[in-house]
Amino acid sequence: MKGTNALGEAAVQAGCRCYFGYPITPQNELTEYMAKRMAEVGGVFVQGESETASINMVLGAAASGVRAMTSSSSPGISLKQEGISFIAADELPAVIVNIMRGGPGLGNIAPSQGDYYQATRGGGHGDYRTPVFAPASVQELYDLTMHAFDVADIYRTPVLILGDGMLGQIMEPIVLNKKNKVKLPPKDYVLDGAKGRPSRIIRSLILDTREMEAHNWKLKRKYDLMRKELPLWEEFMTDDAKLVVVAYGTAARIAKGAVKRSRKEGLAVGLLRPMTLWPFPDEAIKSVAKNARLFLVFEMNTGQMVDDVRLVLEDSSKCVFYGRPGGEVPSPMEISRIIGRYWVQKEL
Amino acid sequence: MKKVYAKPKSLKDAPFHYCPGCGHSIIHRLIAEVIDELGIRDKVIGIPPAGCAVLAYNYFDVDMCESAHGRGCAVGTGFKRAQPDKIIFTYQGDGDMAAIGTAETLHAANRGECITSIFVNNAVYGMTGGQMAPTTMLGQKTTTSPMGRRPDVEGYPLMITDIIATLKGAAFVARHSLATPAKILAAKRSIKKAFEVQMAGLGYSLVECLSPCPTNWKVTPVEAFKLLETRMEREFPIGVLKDVTKKPKG
Ligand SMILES: Cc1ncc(C[n+]2csc(CCOP(=O)(O)OP(=O)(O)O)c2C)c(N)n1
Ligand code: SF4
Ligand SMILES: [Mg+2]
Repeated sequence: MKGTNALGEAAVQAGCRCYFGYPITPQNELTEYMAKRMAEVGGVFVQGESETASINMVLGAAASGVRAMTSSSSPGISLKQEGISFIAADELPAVIVNIMRGGPGLGNIAPSQGDYYQATRGGGHGDYRTPVFAPASVQELYDLTMHAFDVADIYRTPVLILGDGMLGQIMEPIVLNKKNKVKLPPKDYVLDGAKGRPSRIIRSLILDTREMEAHNWKLKRKYDLMRKELPLWEEFMTDDAKLVVVAYGTAARIAKGAVKRSRKEGLAVGLLRPMTLWPFPDEAIKSVAKNARLFLVFEMNTGQMVDDVRLVLEDSSKCVFYGRPGGEVPSPMEISRIIGRYWVQKEL
Repeated sequence: MKKVYAKPKSLKDAPFHYCPGCGHSIIHRLIAEVIDELGIRDKVIGIPPAGCAVLAYNYFDVDMCESAHGRGCAVGTGFKRAQPDKIIFTYQGDGDMAAIGTAETLHAANRGECITSIFVNNAVYGMTGGQMAPTTMLGQKTTTSPMGRRPDVEGYPLMITDIIATLKGAAFVARHSLATPAKILAAKRSIKKAFEVQMAGLGYSLVECLSPCPTNWKVTPVEAFKLLETRMEREFPIGVLKDVTKKPKG
C-alpha cells in the first residue's frame, strides 16, 4: 500500500467522517484518497478555499462531535496555525497531517524535516502544545494515524502527524490492524442544539486575567500528563552502543541502514528513533545515555531536534549533528561514513 | 391582561454590554425573536465573531461556538456538514465579513452552504476603536482614515452583499437598516426568511443590517440613527437583493 493511502485508510477505519483540505504537493494523493473514501462511507469531504478555511471547518466538525481531519504540506500548515491554536484553546479533538516539504517559503517539494520546531512548539500563537507522531514506515502511518484519533479524543487536543513526501510515496506491504478498543471520555462539550439541556458555549476568549491563568495552568497539567503517557520510540541495537544515532521518520530509515553497515564494520553503533516528537522521549535518551558516549543526531534540516537531545543530555559535548536540508536524501553509506568519522575523531 | 412584549426565550437574562444606542442589541433581539417564533431553539448553533459582538454567546441561550476573526462561515460549514439537520447562523461585523473573512464568506455562499449569516454593517471597526472598515464610506473619517476615506488611496466601500447576491449558491440576500421601527421590523422579516430558506435547504442566506455605532461615529445615539438614513442608506441601498423563493416576474 502507498503511504498516503495507508494514512487515509487508517483515518477511515478510525471513524473519521469529516475531511477538509486544500491541494498542495506532496500530499495531494491523501486529499484525493479522502475525496473518494468519504463518498464511499457516507462521510463529508470538502475542498476548502484555503488551508485557513479548511482548519476552521475542522473546528466546526470537531465541535459537532465528529472525528475530523485535515492534511497539508508545510506552507499550508503555516496557514492552519491560527485554527490549530483555537482548537487547542477550545480543547477540541482533531488530527492534522503535515507531509513536510522543503522550506522556508515555497521551498521545494522534496522530503524535508524543516517543520520540527513549528510542530513541537505549538506552532501557532499562545501557550500550547500538540502531540506529534512521526511514522517511519507505511505500517506505522497506518497504526499511528489510528492511535492519533484516540489520543485526540482522550486529551481533547489537536494531534499532528508529521511525514514527508518520500514516506507518502513509498509502497510497502502492511497489515490492516484492527482498531484497538480504547475507552474514550464522554463528549460532553458537543454543540448539537440545546435540546433538553442548558445551552453550551465553546470559546477561547477569557478576558479575566486570573481565569486565563487558571485555564493555561489547566492546559499545562494536561500537557504534563501527555508527557508521561504518550512518548513512543524505537531502539535498535542500543544495548552495547557507544555511538547512538538519533533520527525520526525518513531520516531514521536511512540511519537504520547506516547502523547496520557500521555494525558490519565492527562498530558498536545503535539507533534511537523517536516516534513522538512531542512529547519527546526524554527518558529513552537518558537511559541510553548511561552507556552511550556520543549521540549523532541526523535530520533533514539544519538542526532542530538536536536541541531537544542536548536539553536532555545537559552535556552538549556528548552530542553532534549531521543535516541535509535541501531535499537531497542521503544514502545509508553517507551516514555510516559520518559515523566512522566521529568514531575516529572522538576515539570511541 | 395579555402580554404583548417580553424578553425572547432565546436570550439569557444577562444585560448587554453594548454602548447605548448600539445596533448590536437590537439585532440580537431580532434574531432571538425569530428563533423563538420558528421554535428552533434546540436546533440552532450560533457562531459569533471577533468584533464588538464577540461575547454574543453570553446573551443567546442557544449553543454557541466562537470563531476566529472572519472564519465564521468556514466554522459554520464544518458544523452544517457534520450535522445537516441543525440550523446554523453566523453573526459578523463588516471587518469580519468583508475584510479578513471575505474568502470564507464568498466561498461558503458559493458552495450554497445552508447556513445563515447576519452581517452587521456599522462602517467601522467597532471593537478595536473605530478604524476604517471595508464598508467605511467615501469621505468618512475614522482613526485610520483621518482625512476621510479617499477613493484613490483607500479605495471604495466594498459591497459584499451585492457580490454575494450574484452567486448561484446564495438563496436569499437582503440589506436592511435599523433607522426606524418600521425598518427594524422589515429587517426581522428578512432574518426570519433567511432562516426559513436555510431550513428548506435552498442554500446560503444573508441579511445585512446597517447599524449605528454612536461611539465611534462620535455622535449621539439619536444622531446616529438619523445618519443611518441620511448617509448609510444612500451608500448601501436597502431591500431584498435576491430571493429564490420568489419566481421572477414576466
Ligand atoms: C486575526 C485577527 N486580527 C485582528 C483582530 C482584532 N480585531 C478584533 S475585532 C476586529 C474588527 C471588528 O470590526 P467589525 O468586524 O466591523 O465588528 P464590529 O466591532 O464593528 O462590530 C479586529 C480587527 C483579531 N481578533 N484577529
Ligand atoms: S463600539 Fe460601536 S459597535 Fe461596538 S458596542 Fe459600541 S456602539 Fe456598538
Ligand atoms: Mg464594524
